[in-house]
Amino acid sequence: MNAATTSTPALDALPTVRPDRIPLLLLPVLALAAIPLVGSFSTWVTLTFAGLAMGMIIFIIASGLTLVFGLMDVLNFGHGVFITLGAFLATSVLGRMAGWTESESLARNLLAVLPAMAAAMLVAGGVGLAFERLIIRPVYGQPLKQIMITMGGMIVGVELIKVIWGAQAIPLPLPVAFRGSLLFGEAAVEKYRLVSVVVGLAVFAAMFWVLSRTKLGLLIRAGVQDREMVESLGYRIGRLFIGVFVAGSALAGLGGVMWGLYQQTVTPEMGGQINVLLFIVIIIGGMGSVGGCFIGSLLVGLVANYAGFLAPKVALFSNILLMVIVLMWRPEGLYPVGKR
Amino acid sequence: MSAPLLQLDGVHTHIGAYHILHGVDLQVARGELTVLLGRNGAGKTTTLRTIMGLWPASSGAIRFDGGEIGALSTPEIAHRGIAYVPENMGIFGDLTVRENMLLAARGAKRVEDIDAARLDWVFGLFPALKRFWQHPAGLLSGGQKQMLAVARAIIEPRQLLLIDEPSKGLAPAIIQNMIAAFRELKQTDTTILLVEQNFNFARQLGDKVAVMDGGRIVHAGAMADLAGDEGLQQRLLGLSLAAHQ
Repeated sequence: MNAATTSTPALDALPTVRPDRIPLLLLPVLALAAIPLVGSFSTWVTLTFAGLAMGMIIFIIASGLTLVFGLMDVLNFGHGVFITLGAFLATSVLGRMAGWTESESLARNLLAVLPAMAAAMLVAGGVGLAFERLIIRPVYGQPLKQIMITMGGMIVGVELIKVIWGAQAIPLPLPVAFRGSLLFGEAAVEKYRLVSVVVGLAVFAAMFWVLSRTKLGLLIRAGVQDREMVESLGYRIGRLFIGVFVAGSALAGLGGVMWGLYQQTVTPEMGGQINVLLFIVIIIGGMGSVGGCFIGSLLVGLVANYAGFLAPKVALFSNILLMVIVLMWRPEGLYPVGKR
Repeated sequence: MSAPLLQLDGVHTHIGAYHILHGVDLQVARGELTVLLGRNGAGKTTTLRTIMGLWPASSGAIRFDGGEIGALSTPEIAHRGIAYVPENMGIFGDLTVRENMLLAARGAKRVEDIDAARLDWVFGLFPALKRFWQHPAGLLSGGQKQMLAVARAIIEPRQLLLIDEPSKGLAPAIIQNMIAAFRELKQTDTTILLVEQNFNFARQLGDKVAVMDGGRIVHAGAMADLAGDEGLQQRLLGLSLAAHQ
């Protein structure tokens, strides 16, 4: 028996589903708008790839941070320490495998880089677990204390890194197969930037798959919107948060390796410097939104590279300017999460 | 007479510095629909949230199906067989109707794992959900969201449903749909504790009634007795049923 089959206007009316694609269009619009400003097409191609590569690395690092905020409203200003840790671990692993990284063989290069990435992710994830348990857990729901204690945690972490690896910058040369450029007509694109784009896309695809195709992803997306309801349905949001925090820390470690190779130098301060970009990205994207974080990262990467070429002085504050413009247009970011 | 499915004895709840529940004593019989009535601020929502562990009791006992649940976490309470529909419905607006239902079906990893017969039964109760299965839940109307909220609570068998003001803000036609759906739900012997302010809605469904005021239960008995006694309605609720018809 159907108890509620009476047709009513309210039941029949539903707005047509129109995905919000406008933020997606920002990327091609920005890139196309830069062509006449840059002047040379080959230079534009080089800058665009550089921007996309930088954006992809930022996305890898920032994706965990935005989910951590979305799930538990935790502002982790200590995220940068996982980047630094990953990068320094890479110097140790790759330093011991110099024979492999200096080989002409791509396979040998990969067999050196992949363990370095795995070690960085493993250790950063483990340290992330301790960070969450010892530093963040006592200050759930206390934003001001979170900011203070996570910044303090990062300072302590960086000092510990200095104790282990020293306070000096350490070179992190690219493996031989990743050096140099590929030529597309007159445009030169650095091989490592292509690698960064491929790795970034792979991380985004994996994350997209988990979030949209698995129940775990469904729980994360639901938790970002209303964690109390997720608990009322019988799921332990605390465990989910720990898992996301560890995964986010591991991704920051991976991003640290990639950023270190991108810069070819590692310094104890690198995490703190990137931290600023991370917060710009997750604010632009909409706090808690992975899709917004992806677009925000690419926008930041492109703007930094175009501005660096066109007006180096403007480049110093170009990303702040980008954030201001985006927030004037969409005060809650490009893809605000429908939070309760 | 069998033991009540849910029993609260002298439950006190504090939220920060505020003392909200002042010794709530309440019994919910198995297979019956008990309505919790009371004015705004009487403590009805706090009672449901305390049972669910969202605002833990500061003292008193909460027994469910023979076991003490007052010290359990919200997910543990849900696993004991209690489903909760909050006043704001708790819909995940960015997820589709399908995804909302899949989350509520704890035992299912995919929609295909949900008991098909039960899903059909839910669609029978709330046909709109089938029609808008792939739509983002945030786009549903208020009535449709309420239907989804209740549907989530019953997609898997639960011993007790806690439902907070299901008629709030709904158009009269939708309220009639909800009443029809709850009547069918009652036929399945599901135990329900329903918080309501709409007395006309409540009296059509309730087997038992408890009235709250000032964080305490001030009256408990059969709904028929309260519905038939205008003087009692006036004294407890400050209204008469006639005024609501």
